[in-house]
Amino acid sequence: MDEFVKSRIKQVRKGDQNAFGEIVELYKDKVFQLCFRMLGNSHEAEDISQEAFIRAYINIERYNIDRKFSTWLYRIATNLCIDRIRKKKPDYYLDAEVAGTEGLTLYSQIPASQLAPDEEVSKIELQEIIQNEILKLPEKYRAVIVLKYIEELPLLEISKILDLPIGTVKTRIHRGREALRKQLRHI
Amino acid sequence: MNRCPEIITEYMHEYLDGEILPEHKNILTVHLKFCADCRQHFQELEKSIALVKSISHVQAPTDFTQKVLMNLPKEKKKVSVKRWFSRHPVLTAASIFSIFMAASLLSHWSGDDFSVTKNPDLVIENNTAIVPEGETVTGDIVVKNGDIRIDGKVDGSVTVINGEIVNGESYMASAGQVTGDIVEINEAFEWLWYQMKHIFESTMNMLTGKEK
Ligand SMILES: [Zn+2]
Repeated sequence: MDEFVKSRIKQVRKGDQNAFGEIVELYKDKVFQLCFRMLGNSHEAEDISQEAFIRAYINIERYNIDRKFSTWLYRIATNLCIDRIRKKKPDYYLDAEVAGTEGLTLYSQIPASQLAPDEEVSKIELQEIIQNEILKLPEKYRAVIVLKYIEELPLLEISKILDLPIGTVKTRIHRGREALRKQLRHI
Repeated sequence: MNRCPEIITEYMHEYLDGEILPEHKNILTVHLKFCADCRQHFQELEKSIALVKSISHVQAPTDFTQKVLMNLPKEKKKVSVKRWFSRHPVLTAASIFSIFMAASLLSHWSGDDFSVTKNPDLVIENNTAIVPEGETVTGDIVVKNGDIRIDGKVDGSVTVINGEIVNGESYMASAGQVTGDIVEINEAFEWLWYQMKHIFESTMNMLTGKEK
């Protein structure tokens, strides 16, 4: 896999866009998922993950071929997501569509998390609740939680993606877990 | 939360990170047995992790890759040609080889001077090589930028470049006097050469990365 990626990247550096297409195919779902869980709606997730790949292509000369490509790519995507979250205005945020719920906004989602505990919650509803709780995390905790529990990456790789010492990554994961615990314990 | 030491919560997170030391694990296990509050805290942490992990994996839209490729900065033309070459290595090698061969062969004949294969039996007169009557020239003859008159015989092939066989008749008539092939190369040759040179140059420019 790594050798394959390396050989494709050498072609990309010669300007071969078809080789880049193979790279996109390999990583598109992971990158899209990362953006989707960070941003909470599929339009923005597609925008940002598209931009992540385009930036990777434009900056491919800067990528160190001896390092793991996915780490570099996730780093571009994560930074773009965090930028987008910071630029978001709260009102836009509340009007944004949420995870696979065409036509529904966060406003209409809110009652879902107030369901009585014994009431049957469908799988889809549960997913929406969890997604919303992830979106409530401050972006620095959200990033580590998504990378750790949705992308299922090891701590060392997360520390490389975020360019943070591993101790800082751990602290953020601990705080993110505590925040989620308070948000999710009544479900 | 309660009067429990802060360190217990830290051990919970060490445990959840999969990095807890055995002695910390023992302390945590014993404490959780006796402390309902911490037990609940720990269960809530595990539950929230399980919930986050449970959300299904999403996939990029189907046209995702095409969209990315459409929005990349334009690919340089030479790359797509290079890619064609790299995908057809045998054809590429063959065509480049034949172009080189043709070009290097042709370049030998690129001068304008009269020349003829050295042979003691050949007589030279005013840019015309003559095979004298009654003589038999043994070996191939190449005449360049001049003519040949075959009155005798040639035991070999005759090639005339930018010239002709002058026997007062068509050179076909003298075929009986030549044991090998008779070849005349004139306009057709020049046209071919021009074409070859042209192809050769553009191929070289493309491969060495020079733009036209
Ligand atoms: Zn306790």
